[in-house]
Amino acid sequence: MIPFDFEYYKPQTITDTIKLYHDLDLMGRKPIYYGGGTEFISMARMHNVYSEAVIDIKGIPELNIHEMKDNELIIGAAVTLTQIAELNLFPLLSLTVKRIADHTIQDKLTIGGNIAGTIIYRESVLPLMVADSDIVIAKKDAVDRLPLKDVFNKRMNLEKGDLICQIIIKKEYLNLPSIHVKRTKVEKIDYPLITMVALEKDKKIRTAFSGLGGYPFRSSKFEQLLNSNKSNKDTKIKDAINSLQSFITDDLHGSSEYKKFMLHNMLYEALENFEEGNK
Amino acid sequence: MIKFSGKTVLNLNINGENLDVVVKPSDTLLYTLRNELGLTGAKPGCENGDCGSCTVLIDDWPIKSCLMLTVEAKDKKITTIEGLKNAPIQKAFVENFAFQCGYCTSGFLMVCNSLALHKPKANNHTIQEWLQSNICRCTGYEEIQSAIKSIINNEI
Repeated sequence: MIPFDFEYYKPQTITDTIKLYHDLDLMGRKPIYYGGGTEFISMARMHNVYSEAVIDIKGIPELNIHEMKDNELIIGAAVTLTQIAELNLFPLLSLTVKRIADHTIQDKLTIGGNIAGTIIYRESVLPLMVADSDIVIAKKDAVDRLPLKDVFNKRMNLEKGDLICQIIIKKEYLNLPSIHVKRTKVEKIDYPLITMVALEKDKKIRTAFSGLGGYPFRSSKFEQLLNSNKSNKDTKIKDAINSLQSFITDDLHGSSEYKKFMLHNMLYEALENFEEGNK
Repeated sequence: MIKFSGKTVLNLNINGENLDVVVKPSDTLLYTLRNELGLTGAKPGCENGDCGSCTVLIDDWPIKSCLMLTVEAKDKKITTIEGLKNAPIQKAFVENFAFQCGYCTSGFLMVCNSLALHKPKANNHTIQEWLQSNICRCTGYEEIQSAIKSIINNEI
């Protein structure tokens, strides 16, 4: 049970939503955008979040779009992980979201919520990182389409009241050779020890990770070393992992040494799979 | 724009019936079903979305009712265990001894019913993927899998 009361709003347009947020904020109501709501309800129950005005964004048509248009895949922020997996227009994203929480939660959890939530793993952002995705954000005075890499640094860097509306991925990225690997400490349904996505474009492997440190990331230095001309896979992988030395942290899921060991094996298998695919 | 503030009478479609119920925006669907409507088949377990004992169907998809606000269910089709009247999966659970203490059973039944509806040719991987949403402390997983497989393979 949620231990406090709030008002519930369900606007139908982006303009109304943004205005409503700022009006409620001016009134001191601590408004919060509500997508799937899984994080909000579980945190509210434990007094870890408080709001007097919940704005449900699922009634906004633009946030429910899930289609190809002009050679781009557009995914609204209110689209659920199950809808993404079932439609399967971007297989790497589908594989990734099918390993976030459990299947029933995926029926409720939205991609916008997973990217913008407070839980650090935000695994659905990984395929978007390697696919050079754009993100549409509604602000107080405008709706901007921005490269994800410009607004996601450790987390979404949004101003108060900004609303994630859509994610856009170019068609050329959707069916490139790709790999998703998620390793957990014990249980299959768990936060990641390491989640890795890899995608091969123009004979270069792009990678993004969650679980290694305190936030999801993609590293150009890491990719440069992984794609070096050295013939020995082990050496390339060791060089690449060494570039992340200070970033890989100990946590409840595993020590940094264990994570490096696991990462080495994951990368070795990934490189072999890409090589096999190129034969 | 829809707005709910304080206590409101909300009309919900539950198990094929339209029912009026008094809700607050902060009420979870699990709370409303059990405490306002007397539909106690959905069980409170972890109330954190982990155990699956409170699973109901929303527009035929399984949802953990502890992680859904009642007001979100407006204009949706809600199905609880009370709405599964002699569904094939219920018979399959009995015939496969797919329960022990029974606390998790209604949640598992709802997930299995939805699985049979949406994936009538589900393979083992898909079955496990769906069943991993629920926990059985009596660890009767094998029998539950046998039950859903018997439905999917049209054995009963």
